[in-house]
Amino acid sequence: MEFQIIESHREIYRSEAFELLSELETSLLAMEEAPGDSELIGRVFRALHTIKGSGAMAGFDDIATFTHDIENVFDLVRNKELDVTKTLVDLSLKAADRIRSMLEASRGGRPAEAIATADVTEALRQFASMREVAEQNMPEISRAVSEEHHEEKTFRIHFRPDREIFSRGTNPLLLLNELRQMGKCSVIAHTEAVPDLEQFDPEECHLSWDIILTTDQGVNGIKDVFIFVEDECELEIAAIDGPGMEDEDNSPKKLGEILLDRGVVSPKDLKEALDSQKRLGELLVDKGAVQASMVESGLAEQRHVQAVRSRQITEEQASSIRVRAEKLDTLVNLVGEMVTVQARLSQASASMKNPDLLSISEEVERLTTELRDNTLSIRMLPIGTTFSKFKRLVRDLSSELGKEILLVTDGGETELDKTVIERLNDPLVHLIRNCIDHGIEAPETREAAGKPRSGTVRLAAMHSGANVLITIEDDGAGLDVEAIRSKAIEKGLVAAEAELPEKEIFSLIFAPGFSTAGKITNVSGRGVGMDVVKRSLDALRGSIEITSKRDAGTSITLKLPLTLAIVDGLLVAVREGRYVLPLSAVEECVELTREDVALAHGRHITLVRGEIVPYIRLRERFAIEGNAPEVEQIVITESARGKVGLVVDKVIGEHQTVIKNIGKVFRNVEELSGATILGDGTVALIIDVPKLVQSVEVEQCSVH
Amino acid sequence: MSKIIMTVDDSASIRQMVSFTLKQAGYEVLEAVDGKDALGKLDGAGVNMVLTDLNMPNMDGIELIRSIRANPASKFIPIVLLTTESQADKKQEGKAAGATGWIVKPFKPDQLLAVVKKVLG
Repeated sequence: MEFQIIESHREIYRSEAFELLSELETSLLAMEEAPGDSELIGRVFRALHTIKGSGAMAGFDDIATFTHDIENVFDLVRNKELDVTKTLVDLSLKAADRIRSMLEASRGGRPAEAIATADVTEALRQFASMREVAEQNMPEISRAVSEEHHEEKTFRIHFRPDREIFSRGTNPLLLLNELRQMGKCSVIAHTEAVPDLEQFDPEECHLSWDIILTTDQGVNGIKDVFIFVEDECELEIAAIDGPGMEDEDNSPKKLGEILLDRGVVSPKDLKEALDSQKRLGELLVDKGAVQASMVESGLAEQRHVQAVRSRQITEEQASSIRVRAEKLDTLVNLVGEMVTVQARLSQASASMKNPDLLSISEEVERLTTELRDNTLSIRMLPIGTTFSKFKRLVRDLSSELGKEILLVTDGGETELDKTVIERLNDPLVHLIRNCIDHGIEAPETREAAGKPRSGTVRLAAMHSGANVLITIEDDGAGLDVEAIRSKAIEKGLVAAEAELPEKEIFSLIFAPGFSTAGKITNVSGRGVGMDVVKRSLDALRGSIEITSKRDAGTSITLKLPLTLAIVDGLLVAVREGRYVLPLSAVEECVELTREDVALAHGRHITLVRGEIVPYIRLRERFAIEGNAPEVEQIVITESARGKVGLVVDKVIGEHQTVIKNIGKVFRNVEELSGATILGDGTVALIIDVPKLVQSVEVEQCSVH
Repeated sequence: MSKIIMTVDDSASIRQMVSFTLKQAGYEVLEAVDGKDALGKLDGAGVNMVLTDLNMPNMDGIELIRSIRANPASKFIPIVLLTTESQADKKQEGKAAGATGWIVKPFKPDQLLAVVKKVLG
């Protein structure tokens, strides 16, 4: 049991530390650009400090000890005793890597190489000792670590100074003020002891106080406040609330409990009072069992604890709650089911024509839509976290290749579904590597071409309707159209005499095994990559587009759907079968009459506002028996391969589509991307339009 | 208006250190070399607080505290005793005489200011 608790602590620390590490990296890299930025230095220092401090708490002594050395160095930097240099940033990044591997090792990964760690430590110490401070600071860590991790606790302080306190020059109000500075503080004065006016001596203190204080400074911090008056007052300090001190029902203590706790009221009095169902406080005072101010003080304590707890709750809410990703996935699935059921409810209520049911069903529909949007937005993450990872990648790769490259990012706040972001990582890495390796030229070449020595890679994200566009742009050499064409001819991908538009030539680089790189480097050139990128994007239902200009640069745009779980679709019917076309692919719907077909002389093309559009008959494609109706519908879709119509019997309408996988058996059916359940319980297949078009094209080509 | 603090010590270097620290922090400082000197200078000077050494010629710290407390005009002003760690009993004696607090020598400027802030506000 205990072990589990510790393990969960450690896990929390680990995830926190990983986050801090990436923040650390970001700041370090930014620091390299702005070495004097004290804000950045502060951020680095804080990150290190937290890694160290919490590390010691969570039992990662190796990390705490190791981080201590980096922290020392940055303490010097912060005090302007050391300058930020490239060496320092390099060393710090290396140190961050060591911490990361220590974290991973503790998770059961490869053990961190002690030698490498020792090397970095040595280097850091040398850095620090250049200013002869390293050793001096050594003993301070253990203290800092243990001291700063008092958790916030609430204390009840009862303070009754001696009457003669004024004559020793003490002002009790100053002590109260000092307490107020320590945290959230409620002070209740007890005035019962103040005598009548005739007997009143203004040079004596008749007051006493109850102070409810929430502070992170611990009981000793409070005692320090009263250090000069310890012997001249009644002082009681008790922790009443804090982490691990909540009652089982987690509600703050009842007034009766508080008074009982303090021993100012007996259980018997309390019970009698409680039995008579009036306000407890009033009752107790009426009975003379307790003074009015005691009750007030008790109530104040109650309010204070409530306030502190609710503040803690709001703070947690405002920052973030960690939830396991599976939980979210389950939630999204449930919402999916909900959407399906709601569709059935709508359909049923519409057919029953019961106005009461109808209004309920409409309300459910509204709520479900809201629920869907909210649930999906929980899964949304800003893509910026991924972007910052690439800063490191670019930095490492460019120095490895001897190129000078600057990564500019834009639109990091753009939100995308978590799953999409995760699966986007590898394709982006490939693309950026390509930019660096093939795109950006060596500094000398660039200078010769009249370009700035250092190249720029721009990584940008932006919303565009239901999609997110991610652009990777470089100002490098651009794609060599001729090289690609001859390579493609050599590989037999295109016929030698084929006249291809530039766009199609560029898309050839996505063919498996395609590489024009002269030599194979560490980074790229092995011809795996672009086809993998293409495949990952297809899996994400995204598309990819390349524009490039010789010597001016290349721009690759990825178009991605916001989410994977639910899409808006267009529901169509062919005989009894229902199909869903992703609405994002649909341009418009037009009619196809027998006359039109006759006019085209049997070819599958039609004229839409003067434009020739080829079409695919789903009835033929899916081998559905029976005759088509007099007037069919063509759904015009737009994909990377241009406009293509899909001929169906009937267009039913828009449909909120919860995507379900169609199981292993159908894994090889490329033309379908999934299935969904309709309102009446039947299944509709979701058509993968680009794939469908592609497979038809392939067949046509082999026929001719 | 800045508050006036009197530092009473026969050692000039201590007076200087105290005085320098307090002036830096924005207080006004009056210096006195012993208890007697202090009592003479206190009268009508509007002193808000006294920092006094324990062992001094002419009038020592304990005596000074008693005298200050005996005077209605200065009865309630905070008095902080400068002591060394070995003088624990003296600390008690000082408390009994009416000292508000104490500070153990040697102290750092920050500690001095913290104590001043504590008793003077």
